[in-house]
Amino acid sequence: MGKLIGQRAIASLLSLLGLMVLVFFLSRLTGDPAVLFLPIDASEAMKAQFRALHGLDAPLIEQFGRYVLDLLQFNFGDSLRKARPAIDIVMEAYAWTLPLALITLSLVIVAAIVLGSIAAFNVGGFFDRLVSIVSLIGASAPDFWIAIVAIVVFSINLGWLPTSGVGTPWHWVLPISVLFIRPFGLIVQVVRGSMLSALSSAYVKTARAKGVKNLPIIFVHTLRNAMLPVITVIGDQAAAMLNGAVIVETIFGFPGIGKLMIDSILQRDFNVVLAAIMVTAVAIFIMNILIDIAYGILDPRIRH
Amino acid sequence: MTELSLTKLPPEKSGFATFLAMLWRDKLAFVSAMVLLLIIIAAVAGPTLLGDLATSQNLRGRNSPPFDMSRGWAFVLGGDSLGRPMLARLIVAARSTMMVAAGAVATALVIGATLGLIAGYMGKKTSQVIMRLADVIMSFPSLLLAVVVLYVLGPSIPNMILVLAITRIPIYLRTTRAEVLEVRERMFVQAAVVMGASHWRIIARHILPVVAPTLVTIATLDFAFVMLAESSLSFLGIGIQPPDITWGLMVAQGRPYLTNAWWLALWPGVMIVITTLALNLLSNWMRIALDPAQRWRLEARSTKDE
Repeated sequence: MGKLIGQRAIASLLSLLGLMVLVFFLSRLTGDPAVLFLPIDASEAMKAQFRALHGLDAPLIEQFGRYVLDLLQFNFGDSLRKARPAIDIVMEAYAWTLPLALITLSLVIVAAIVLGSIAAFNVGGFFDRLVSIVSLIGASAPDFWIAIVAIVVFSINLGWLPTSGVGTPWHWVLPISVLFIRPFGLIVQVVRGSMLSALSSAYVKTARAKGVKNLPIIFVHTLRNAMLPVITVIGDQAAAMLNGAVIVETIFGFPGIGKLMIDSILQRDFNVVLAAIMVTAVAIFIMNILIDIAYGILDPRIRH
Repeated sequence: MTELSLTKLPPEKSGFATFLAMLWRDKLAFVSAMVLLLIIIAAVAGPTLLGDLATSQNLRGRNSPPFDMSRGWAFVLGGDSLGRPMLARLIVAARSTMMVAAGAVATALVIGATLGLIAGYMGKKTSQVIMRLADVIMSFPSLLLAVVVLYVLGPSIPNMILVLAITRIPIYLRTTRAEVLEVRERMFVQAAVVMGASHWRIIARHILPVVAPTLVTIATLDFAFVMLAESSLSFLGIGIQPPDITWGLMVAQGRPYLTNAWWLALWPGVMIVITTLALNLLSNWMRIALDPAQRWRLEARSTKDE
């Protein structure tokens, strides 16, 4: 296991380097920060001074060399906008995104496993169809639209919940609910499908023949086997959430990594963009390792 | 029951007719196909038929409420913030929405499948290079890609297609490669090799027909995904730019008027939901209908019902 993780870490480090180079040069194609940051009537001299101050006047390749040297000392550079270390800003944003992702994913997993199992247990029944239809509609609706409709209904018309921002637990309700919908639709379908095939296997028939009740069949016999494909989908969804829910965070004014990413791209705050992308890549790498460990726990065959 | 109907094979009909009959049997898939057909017809013919109705402003009809026929049929879904009829706007937006999604899916499909065929069929080295390329594309943030392309090449519908196509190539590449790796070990491919068939012939006549159904199914599902991605980017302001419009952009434009004119953001969203839902249902059905190993489920059902 340790050796495997080591190999994976080296391969990931290589693609992380490739990503870093690509992002560094491509993001600098998107224009001159001096034009965006200085007032519109700023003179050429002021712009030149701004570029010199932030090291943007040197040839690209020299800027890149300097960046890599700094990076080797774990210095991600300063944010142009906030004049603070970029890595601090990214970490602060993660402190918001991580709980949001964790809470949402936990709710999704619990709900999807419970409802998906029940649906698989009475296949073709009313409840099964209800779950299928709801999950399909959930997977088909764009999240920005759901978010807007939710704001109109729950914040403006009913006045139950705040429209945006953070501060009280109530501010978390709408972002979590909107984020919940699509992963739930996907995962509940996978749970249902893999539960169905597990339920038709020989060991379940044996257990039934021995007179085992329904609940032990679900929780003792089938769930563990049915979880493997589910874990894969959960991994994909978790990766998407670590990337930040750009849309949801933007609409609800949630200061997470997704909002930081889009804001810093639009403001050409290159150091923050790079730091955010690299930290996200590392987070996704760690999560993939956790997923692999989960596989090992669920399926002894993989451990060996 | 199914075994019985299998032994009693139906009279051989033309491929297309059986296909249509199979579609008719599954009412949900049939309705989805009809809805999509309607949207495609509206997208292709609508804008020409409407003329300048979608752009003519009528300041008296500003934010006029829906279901009010006093301004004529075009205002049945209400008017937007400049008094342009929503229905006409939706039809015009349908064209660019469909064009972007179709263009991106087709481009990604062709490039991805070609690279996937090469990666699966050629040796390990070529495959490694192509797969690492796909890895980098997959980890590259699509938001940044969109901003880079829009800034360097300028905002336009073809450039939007380019952005979305690049992000979707890995999906087709990986699927094609995985299938090719499996198919090329099968007996009939081995036999073709032994009989001296050329590489081109093996790929085109023996491998591609087996891989194609999977690709078509994925493309249908992906069409919905690309449509959502385009509308998200347009919503964030880094996608389609006015005066072009898509449904996603219409939702974004309607957002400031949420409190007094909810229909501006609601209708385009409803259109997106209907289209994606139909595509999802259709691709569910296609997954079975296009798979030779599973098609008997549908065919058996249709002979049983007759």
